Amino acid sequence: MSDSHIASAFDRDLETIQAQIMKMGGLVEEAILNAATSLETQDEELAEQVREGDRAIDLLEEQINEEAARVIALRAPTAIDLRLILSVMKISGNLERIGDYAKNMAKRTTVLSQLSPVNGATAALRRMAREVERMLKDALDAYIQRDADLAHDVLQRDHDVDQMYNALFREFLTFMMEDPRSISPCMHLHFIAKNTERMGDHVTSIAEQVIYLVTGDLPEDARPKKDQTSTDPNVTQPQG
Amino acid sequence: MYDTMKAESALETKDIKFSARKVQVFYGETQAIKDVDVDIEDKTVTAFIGPSGCGKSTFLRCLNRMNDTISVCRVEGDIRLDGEDIYDKKVDPVQLRAKVGMVFQKPNPFPKSIYDNVAYGPKIHGLAKNKAELDEIVEKSLRRAALWDEAKDRLDISGTGLSGGQQQRLCIARAVATHPEVLLMDEPCSALDPIATAQVEELIDELRQRYSVIIVTHSMQQAARVSQKTAFFHLGNLVEFGETGQIFTNPEDERTESYITGRIG
Repeated sequence: MSDSHIASAFDRDLETIQAQIMKMGGLVEEAILNAATSLETQDEELAEQVREGDRAIDLLEEQINEEAARVIALRAPTAIDLRLILSVMKISGNLERIGDYAKNMAKRTTVLSQLSPVNGATAALRRMAREVERMLKDALDAYIQRDADLAHDVLQRDHDVDQMYNALFREFLTFMMEDPRSISPCMHLHFIAKNTERMGDHVTSIAEQVIYLVTGDLPEDARPKKDQTSTDPNVTQPQG
Repeated sequence: MYDTMKAESALETKDIKFSARKVQVFYGETQAIKDVDVDIEDKTVTAFIGPSGCGKSTFLRCLNRMNDTISVCRVEGDIRLDGEDIYDKKVDPVQLRAKVGMVFQKPNPFPKSIYDNVAYGPKIHGLAKNKAELDEIVEKSLRRAALWDEAKDRLDISGTGLSGGQQQRLCIARAVATHPEVLLMDEPCSALDPIATAQVEELIDELRQRYSVIIVTHSMQQAARVSQKTAFFHLGNLVEFGETGQIFTNPEDERTESYITGRIG
């Protein structure tokens, strides 16, 4: 099949909207990394930059949705074009949410810098955020290259993020039981961990949209849930 | 969830009205249709789409033997209506065309009154015993074509005096007057404005309760709006035939995809 439409303006519309998604993706990746770095280095200036940067991300989401609505109204897209527009709308929503979580992480950085540090926690959180950012990068690469295999790979890697979250959950619980003064920072850190885990879920959803875009069907295999903290009472007891 | 929806639509199987196997059509030496196999369901709107010259109109015209009128045209293969071979020597094409009605691209009412336009078919096929019965058929047909309210007070004016959209609905009334089982429509809206088009499309949806409707259209959006099944023809081949929603969201064949998304094949 030829890549270009007979109406070349339609091609330009689709290219524009995809360029916006990639730009938005780039900003979100940067926000994740900067938020995690600011947390580890207690860099309040960088944290402030992340919070400010979220506006640009929100604005892009709005523009993408407006552009998508315009294409639907004017071009009545079908088949691959329709799936592209639908996936673009969902992906921009996912990116916007990830951006919000990064912003939230940056906000807590400012609070945490006033509290006593918790041993090793911020480094572990940064590793987790780094993994989510890598998954996002691959999901966006899979999107632009129409690579369903890479998208499947991203889906699988969400398990790792869930496991990192489970480990941190237990660790924070231990800290809080050992020293009640750590409850306040640990609660903040736990929210950050949980939010990072949610970022991973949104990246997963982006990867699913890539698979839908390429194959026309959403992936069938439901991912086995590795996060047991909400269902298993035993994990709320520190082990060992 | 998507799969259960697919499964449900699969369960809703309808009777097969037309069954075509290995249909080939030649105009002299030129082959216009190659090996078309298709089953057309009853009480369903089936759309034929494809670029100009792809054979969709030619195939449509095979279904009521309109191609018989073209001397160089030769039809091979097997086409059955309710299991009966319509190209059998015993079949009278005139009777067949009463069962398989047709509406054309340009409205072509007879230069007669609205009443006579509709009454003509039932008269020559002897469907009415007396004037009262004929009146009833005329009213029923005009109602089915959603033209009764506009035409009831002026049944004696000439059909050609109506607007384009009304003329097309008159032609549909004329086609349904002979109690057809199938309605073939060859681009019925291409000469109509958007409002008249919407009225005819609404009518097609109502006609589906009673008939099997096959519509040839160049408007992909129209095919998507009115049909439940879509067949894509290309260079005389039936490339893809399936549920309309699936054809327009996720077609299987690349040629279908190229065509419906407006790309160069």
